[in-house]
Amino acid sequence: MLNRTADNVARATPEPLARKVRGISDKGLAWLFISPTILLLLAINIFPLFWAIYLSFTNYRANRSNEVVKNLGFANYQRILGDQDVWIAMQTTAHFVFWTILLQTVIGFTLAWLIDRKFRGHAFWTTVILVPMMLSPAVVGNFWRFLYQPQTGLFNYLVAFFTGVPPSSFEMLGSVQLAPWAIIIVDTWMWTPYVMLICLAGLRSIPEYIYEAAEVDRASNWRQFWSITLPMALPFIMLAVLFRGIENFKMFDMVNLLTGGGPGSTTEVASITLKRQAFESWRTGYSSAFAIILFVAVFGLANIYVKALNKVKQR
Amino acid sequence: MSMTQSAKRKSLWPRWARRGVMENVATALIAIGFLMLFQPFALSLYTYSFITMLAGTVMFIVVSKFPE
Repeated sequence: MLNRTADNVARATPEPLARKVRGISDKGLAWLFISPTILLLLAINIFPLFWAIYLSFTNYRANRSNEVVKNLGFANYQRILGDQDVWIAMQTTAHFVFWTILLQTVIGFTLAWLIDRKFRGHAFWTTVILVPMMLSPAVVGNFWRFLYQPQTGLFNYLVAFFTGVPPSSFEMLGSVQLAPWAIIIVDTWMWTPYVMLICLAGLRSIPEYIYEAAEVDRASNWRQFWSITLPMALPFIMLAVLFRGIENFKMFDMVNLLTGGGPGSTTEVASITLKRQAFESWRTGYSSAFAIILFVAVFGLANIYVKALNKVKQR
Repeated sequence: MSMTQSAKRKSLWPRWARRGVMENVATALIAIGFLMLFQPFALSLYTYSFITMLAGTVMFIVVSKFPE
């Protein structure tokens, strides 16, 4: 049936086209099918990257596109790498990335380990835990703004219930000390399920017979965890850390929705500074240089991570 | 027999420039540059962080093609 259809299609193909197609090798045909994707990738990813590298050496401003573009050499890079404010934004980013990754990994792995016990209703709880991850960051940002309201917010009332502190005595988003933690809490709440999911895949991939052998050898639960569970799940944990690390370096939406970089500049992470330079000050060349610096940082980190991951997998 | 001998033949590539060693050097450079970029102690370290990281990253890309 299928052969007959193919024959009909072949017969219906116009002769000049058929002659052309007959001349294409398997490799040529493969390239023919792949080329639209490659072209799209070049147009969407590679070309903008090279364009940004070019712009980073100029004084180009997107709001004054008629102005003559001057080549500044490395001046943009020198300015960024000598700017105290950008340096502080980098430290804020590092603080944010460190704590979110630490909390997400610890809580995510613990949740995965508990879910892997396969208790009654574990499938239902897995779905419930995964809900925050499925929500849009815009929605999450907005409803956490309501939760953090000092007068009416549920978060303040929960803290008041457990600590006895009056709910309206502190403001999570308005306080210099608490605002960074407010963002860390939201990001951890939203993305811990993602880490949990990857860790769960790792835990489920450990063969049961290894635990059985350990039981025969009378290894304690603690010993089994440190000698079997953790080493075998480590590549998955590292993968989760890599994904979250890269994502959190670029973190923009949540910070912009919750605090907009404030109060003052206490939560101004690198991506917020970048956005301000690019779309408020319209320093396109400068912000391109900043973006390239962040790109190199993330790319370098990813290289180290992939190397470490390969080493762990080879063990 | 001759194939075994040729396989056992020592590589002319210098030992110090083998992939493993050079990758470790590049990784160390990237890690140092990364820490310099995000540390809160000295502005001068921050200033030289990008060039350190870039050197490490370029070196990593190049040396990952070296023979083991």
